Amino acid sequence: MIHSLFLINCSGDIFLEKHWKSVVSQSVCDYFFEAQEKAADVENVPPVISTPHHYLISIYREKIFFVSVIQTEVPPLFVIEFLHRVADTFQDYFGECSETAIKDNVVIVYELLEEMLDNGFPLATESNILKELIKPPTILRSVVNSITGSSNMGETLPTGQLSNIPWRKAVVKYTNNEAYFDVIEEIDAIIDKSGSTVFAEIQGVIDSCIKLSGMPDLSLSFMNPRLLDDVSFHPCIRFKRWESERVLSFIPPDGNFRLISYRVSSQNLVAIPVYVKHIISFKENSSSGRFDVTIGPKQNMGKTVEGVIVTVHMPKAVLNMNLTSTQGSYTFDPVLKVLTWDIGKISPQKLPNLKGIVNLQSGAPKPEENPSLNIQFKIQQLAISGLKVNRLDMFGEKYKPFKGVKYITKAGKFQVRT
Amino acid sequence: MLDSNKDSLKLEAMKRIVAMIARGKNASDLFPAVVKNVACKNIEVKKLVYVYLVRYAEEQQDLALLSISTFQRGLKDPNQLIRASALRVLSSIRVPIIVPIMMLAIKEAASDMSPYVRKTAAHAIPKLYSLDSDQKDQLIEVIEKLLADKTTLVAGSVVMAFEEVCPERIDLIHKNYRKLCNLLIDVEEWGQVVIINMLTRYARTQFLSPNQNESLLEENPEKAFYGSDEEDSKDDKPDAASLVKRKPYVMDPDHRLLLRNTKPLLQSRNAAVVMAVAQLYFHLAPKAEVGVIAKALVRLLRSHRSQGNWAAAKAALSVQGMFEPYLKSFYIRSTDPTQIKILKLEVLTNLANETNISTILREFQTYIRSMDKDFVAATIQAIGRCATNIGKVRDTCLNGLVQLLSNRDELVVAESVVVIKKLLQMQPSQHSEIIKHMAKLTDNIQVPMARASILWLIGEYCEHVPKIAPDVLRKMSKSFTGEEDIVKLQVINLAAKLYLTNSKQSKLLTQYVLNLAKYDQNYDIRDRARFIRQLIVPTEKSGALNKYAKKLFLAQKPAPILESSFKDRDHFQLGSLSHLLNAKAVGYQELPDWPDEAPDPSVRNVEVPCYEEEEEQEQVKKGKKKPPQDEGKGGSESSWEEGSVSESSSSESDSGSEAEESQSEPESKRRTTVRGRAGQPGRGLLPLSSGTTPLPCREVGRSSHPPPCTGLGLSSCPSLSILDQLITSQPQHVPTAFLPPSAQMLSPVFSTMKTYELLHRMAGEGLSVEYYFNRQPFPPDPHMVAVQIQFSNNTESEVKNLRVSEPKLVSGMRIQEFQEIAVEPSGSMVGIDTCPQLPGVNWAGSFSLWHVSSSTHSRQFYVSIQPPVGELMAPVFMSENEFKKEQSKLTGMSEITEKLTLLDKCQSDHTIVQRVTAAANHLHAPSFPTGRFAAKTVTSGSLILITLEQKEAARAHLTVNSEKMVIGTMLVQDISQALAQ
Repeated sequence: MIHSLFLINCSGDIFLEKHWKSVVSQSVCDYFFEAQEKAADVENVPPVISTPHHYLISIYREKIFFVSVIQTEVPPLFVIEFLHRVADTFQDYFGECSETAIKDNVVIVYELLEEMLDNGFPLATESNILKELIKPPTILRSVVNSITGSSNMGETLPTGQLSNIPWRKAVVKYTNNEAYFDVIEEIDAIIDKSGSTVFAEIQGVIDSCIKLSGMPDLSLSFMNPRLLDDVSFHPCIRFKRWESERVLSFIPPDGNFRLISYRVSSQNLVAIPVYVKHIISFKENSSSGRFDVTIGPKQNMGKTVEGVIVTVHMPKAVLNMNLTSTQGSYTFDPVLKVLTWDIGKISPQKLPNLKGIVNLQSGAPKPEENPSLNIQFKIQQLAISGLKVNRLDMFGEKYKPFKGVKYITKAGKFQVRT
Repeated sequence: MLDSNKDSLKLEAMKRIVAMIARGKNASDLFPAVVKNVACKNIEVKKLVYVYLVRYAEEQQDLALLSISTFQRGLKDPNQLIRASALRVLSSIRVPIIVPIMMLAIKEAASDMSPYVRKTAAHAIPKLYSLDSDQKDQLIEVIEKLLADKTTLVAGSVVMAFEEVCPERIDLIHKNYRKLCNLLIDVEEWGQVVIINMLTRYARTQFLSPNQNESLLEENPEKAFYGSDEEDSKDDKPDAASLVKRKPYVMDPDHRLLLRNTKPLLQSRNAAVVMAVAQLYFHLAPKAEVGVIAKALVRLLRSHRSQGNWAAAKAALSVQGMFEPYLKSFYIRSTDPTQIKILKLEVLTNLANETNISTILREFQTYIRSMDKDFVAATIQAIGRCATNIGKVRDTCLNGLVQLLSNRDELVVAESVVVIKKLLQMQPSQHSEIIKHMAKLTDNIQVPMARASILWLIGEYCEHVPKIAPDVLRKMSKSFTGEEDIVKLQVINLAAKLYLTNSKQSKLLTQYVLNLAKYDQNYDIRDRARFIRQLIVPTEKSGALNKYAKKLFLAQKPAPILESSFKDRDHFQLGSLSHLLNAKAVGYQELPDWPDEAPDPSVRNVEVPCYEEEEEQEQVKKGKKKPPQDEGKGGSESSWEEGSVSESSSSESDSGSEAEESQSEPESKRRTTVRGRAGQPGRGLLPLSSGTTPLPCREVGRSSHPPPCTGLGLSSCPSLSILDQLITSQPQHVPTAFLPPSAQMLSPVFSTMKTYELLHRMAGEGLSVEYYFNRQPFPPDPHMVAVQIQFSNNTESEVKNLRVSEPKLVSGMRIQEFQEIAVEPSGSMVGIDTCPQLPGVNWAGSFSLWHVSSSTHSRQFYVSIQPPVGELMAPVFMSENEFKKEQSKLTGMSEITEKLTLLDKCQSDHTIVQRVTAAANHLHAPSFPTGRFAAKTVTSGSLILITLEQKEAARAHLTVNSEKMVIGTMLVQDISQALAQ
């Protein structure tokens, strides 16, 4: 299966390599670099590259390429998913999955990779298990270790590994027992020129942070479970209960994890919380154009729209932009031709507006297409689909946990065509 | 630093070395110094040394051998983690000399008690195989053994090994097929992927194609395949029935099982699993059912991870048709990477049909103005394909494309020209306007492909544009020398065609062009010129071909079919690497075609009991997480039924007891049917019934009514009454999840149930009393041990008022009184006259005698019951880990060991388990091979662990760990006695 793994940073340095079978020379990465060069954009690097003797499957996360080398037929998604899992684990251990973090903790990284794969086949990927085998680094622990000489390796096999609930540690103890759920919904939408919705869809996830002692058996029910059209579950959820009662029943892993992700059925109309008025035009035969964008909130059930950022990929011919904004600040990157307008909160009384002149390269033809606007925003305390958590019940343990639910609506891939 | 005595220094040194390895620097000089530390006590140092060894052992084989003995020692370590890691490293160091050692280690580990070690062994198999493929036969044996393993942990890994070592030995799967299907949902994610892929292949060889009776399925369109599960199973029955009548295809229940059990996995969070299930459905499910995967695949598409996205989209290409409802999910954003844009476009094009074409075309219009030129080109091609496929919109498309001709971007124009050319070929006569327009374009367009296309068009349809064509040729001949090869060829073509149709105007031009071509640099062009000249210009030498020149050049040409470039990858397994690359990857295994004849399905049948037990446990552990089982196939396949787990616990226990029923059948010859009796309480057949009417609660007693279970008095024979209790006690029991239901234990133990005599027939003046321990939990009070007492009247006359009076109890002992039995009819009457009682006795942890005076109407007998110590406990289920943990707590004083010699007949594991469980009510923990039994005392709940280690030559060590030392000692005696018999 997975033969080797190379971590490559943006500037093309291989800063970590790990081989699970016999050693594959670094030169195999040349094929990757070649492909990278061909694809101008990092996002455009093909995930699967075929070389004479190997296949390279890569993902790009946090400015690092995870390039895995495989030799035989294997489902590519298997490898991709695994690489993402590796990146997630690093994130989990070091707080961030950056080059510096990996370099600083190279030994732990190595130990982790050793545990996660055996002979190229995934062994333990559940972060709860890994954390018992290899303790994550903390300052306190490194101090203690250097004094007492104890190691940060688990000496015994984590019990979860053998049980039917491999995602949970055996002995968990907290003084404050808490269970938090974040219902996060993202709106994916394409709005066309005239402001009508071409496509809109709500994707949601429930991220949980559960710190409960013992072996709690939770069941979470919704006021309106019918909203959920397509759901994917963390393995801890009992599928049967969901099928029959539409209740999420599970013994949770310890700590942070994604409980479910769902899609709201497409029949429901999606309320788009913002509208955009835009005039973007380029004059024929003169090296300038007009840019005027106003953004405003629609009815949002009384919630304010926050964290609004508008990103525009301007055409290549654009040299510079002279704009004034009534609210927030804007930056224009003349190299990447990206305009970013950070607005912040929208108040309905005074709508933020950004207008001015676009300078084009002289002599260049008028751009064919108006750029589309990518909009990010956030609405606290609102799940746009109307999904509501009804109640959380706990069985199996005696104490009373502290429970909390938070709703957030965000823009996902929210694009306005102009 | 490595030579230092301090672990911390060593650790520091090792860390630096590992950091060097990680950066790809060569650290092999340090090999000797590092290898020395392999025996280091510090586990972290040790692990890092392992890392080092695995990396460099191959290069320094001789030195690596030094470390082998350490691993061999590690393989015997009591800590399973150390055993496992020793095996891992040993198998990873790729030194051919140690192959025999590895083989031995793998074999040993394959029968290790710890599933984790077994899993490691499974991992080691492909490693060894890649090192030395001669070992294949032996490895297959190990794989076969591990395939039979019941733990979910091992399943994934061993299937992986199977796939790598011997994918062709499909016969190994037969026996385990159903098990794998049932375990699937509990296997870890990565294992699921491998198993699903393997099962896909397996199913392709073992089952018939579900799509061979398409027409029949279409006749039943109402069949709710898209519906929920219940609907499914409901529908299956009548449908199956009606289908059978016409003798068409009926899906093998095992095939159905596979589909059903994988379906929930579509909702996994792991994209790879979803993909695996999707391909399984795609390749195995009936056409009508494939639709279920669409939703899941669209979900994959959305995932923020663009690469996953990409792969999913590729998959989506092959699985067309079912994405229609999700059309809009494939709309393209300007920020998508180009590859994804193009794939999405492909999907959109494939989805286009008459109903949605207008929306799709509107989308395409937006795309055409994109900045990404490759994408625009692809869009134009897509439009062309839509136009060819859907006749209705052809004109609209064509007009749109013609408008594009005035686009300022050359690439766009060129691409549209090419597409228009293809479209025009379908109906040239109506479009001479367009051709004229295009002829004008020759002045502006520089892209060779487009120029060539235009020239070809004009040449082909020169009859429609008689005036323009020669003019174009004139222009072209002027610029001929500066053109690209492809254009030149078309110019020659055009010239030839014109010469044939309109030789007056173009004769000279043609000559001129041909002359130019004659001295061209490109031999292809020279050849063509020569060839054409011979063909069309009549000379005295020219042969018969000349006459046909017109036919040759101006023949009707069929319109080309615009095809997707992704067309021909269907033959690869969906979602595989080969499918993605459209090239056969190393190690890709062709998905076999459906067989014409179904192979014998009975190969998958497995003996019943082991299944049932395992599944019951599974269910108890898992609560309700089991996948739905096939209710539909019901009675038709009785051999199959035991394999399935029925959903509700009550029916579970029902079938459980049914199984028992059949077991006990031979024992009781006087048996009547259980069910019938239950249904009709006062069945007149038994004269007894009239006599016993005064009994207060005999029917109610069955449904777990408070204590006096005299209701059982009705039952006609002892074994039946036990069955009865099974029915009553199980439903209560199953929901109490983690406790071991002794009911499970019953099946093996039951047949060996021992009866003890309380009162002999002679001594009791015709009344004989026997008792036995049924090992059932006593419902009213879990701390009591149930004793079943059985009275039989062997006299001629009735015995009346049977009761237990004045039990003399040792302190701390309690007894649940039972009601007096009013009449015990005389044996002569029917010959059935037993009346089991069920008193619960709390032995309070001691084991003294229970003195009972059993008095009848006139007589009183003094009897005493002495329970064997083994009956005073209830089995406990525990994992090996817990077992070890508990065992380590109970050492020293509480540990009693005895050596014994096993007789020949009880050498086998099975007999040992049987004997021990007969002697003591222990649960043989199923997860490990042999010799571990766990139970706790009923009253105090203190643990009693039995370990039986077999040594060589029939010797064995028996160890009992318990706080209750006295019980321990007695247990040791009992068991050794039992084993010695």
